[in-house]
Amino acid sequence: MLDAVLAILVLVGAFFTLVGSWGLAKMPDFFMRLHGPTKATTIGVGSVLVASALYFSFNTDGVSLHEVLVTLFLFMTAPVSAHMMAKAALHLRVKQVERTRSAVVESGVVNSYDGTPFRRKE
Amino acid sequence: MLKRLLPHPLLSVLLLLIWLLLNNTVAMGHVVLGAGLALLIPFLTVGFWPERVCVQRPWVLLKFLAVVLWDIVVANLNVAALILGSTRKLQPAFMLLELDIRSPLGVSLLANTISLTPGTVSCEVSADRRQLLIHALHVTDVEASIREMKQRYEQPLIEVLCEC
Repeated sequence: MLDAVLAILVLVGAFFTLVGSWGLAKMPDFFMRLHGPTKATTIGVGSVLVASALYFSFNTDGVSLHEVLVTLFLFMTAPVSAHMMAKAALHLRVKQVERTRSAVVESGVVNSYDGTPFRRKE
Repeated sequence: MLKRLLPHPLLSVLLLLIWLLLNNTVAMGHVVLGAGLALLIPFLTVGFWPERVCVQRPWVLLKFLAVVLWDIVVANLNVAALILGSTRKLQPAFMLLELDIRSPLGVSLLANTISLTPGTVSCEVSADRRQLLIHALHVTDVEASIREMKQRYEQPLIEVLCEC
């Protein structure tokens, strides 16, 4: 029974990680590529970690909880690295797909990159 | 006096908890060692933490955490579906969120949350910390999506974080 649950968790984890990587390869521009690995993988890693916590809690004495820390560090670092990469891409004016809509800026406070992702309100 | 010796009580508790989780034990020796570190580290690094942060209304915080966890699961399913579907139908967009939250910690927590949840990555905070630029993988109604983010994530954060 436990083995079945563990197997399902590991398989689900592997599936979502695969989808995340597939998104990284498939998406047409840099900003869209970012979405695959930052999100589809959190549930992937998450379910592998739940599987690990369950396995070690049942097969050794005492509960195993340091997987919680892996989750915590992942949740703290994944968005930050995504943010830094996106910021760098904005500064380098990395190409976006044509249909990307830009944000409307009224004050022009953020408008520091000659308008690639921004459009001034007329 | 107590404020000087224990500048960040919350950080101390968190450090003790992390130490115990790292060692995967609640043995007395580790509790004592962890408590020592939890007192020493905030004291030595106080220069890096200029803001004193307090959490009020813990139940709002718990509800917020539950909502975020749920949204992460939903986000994963959504993004997985979007990735497996046709890329041509996707409508990516940059969105500008006017921030009502003022504390720097609040802004970074909000940006982190937005990056973790449905098809959105925070790309840039304006220099005056009043606007957040977000890239969305697929969004049909920009206004509605911004309203939802403000109401779902920013509002509870404003309620929870306070200066003290």
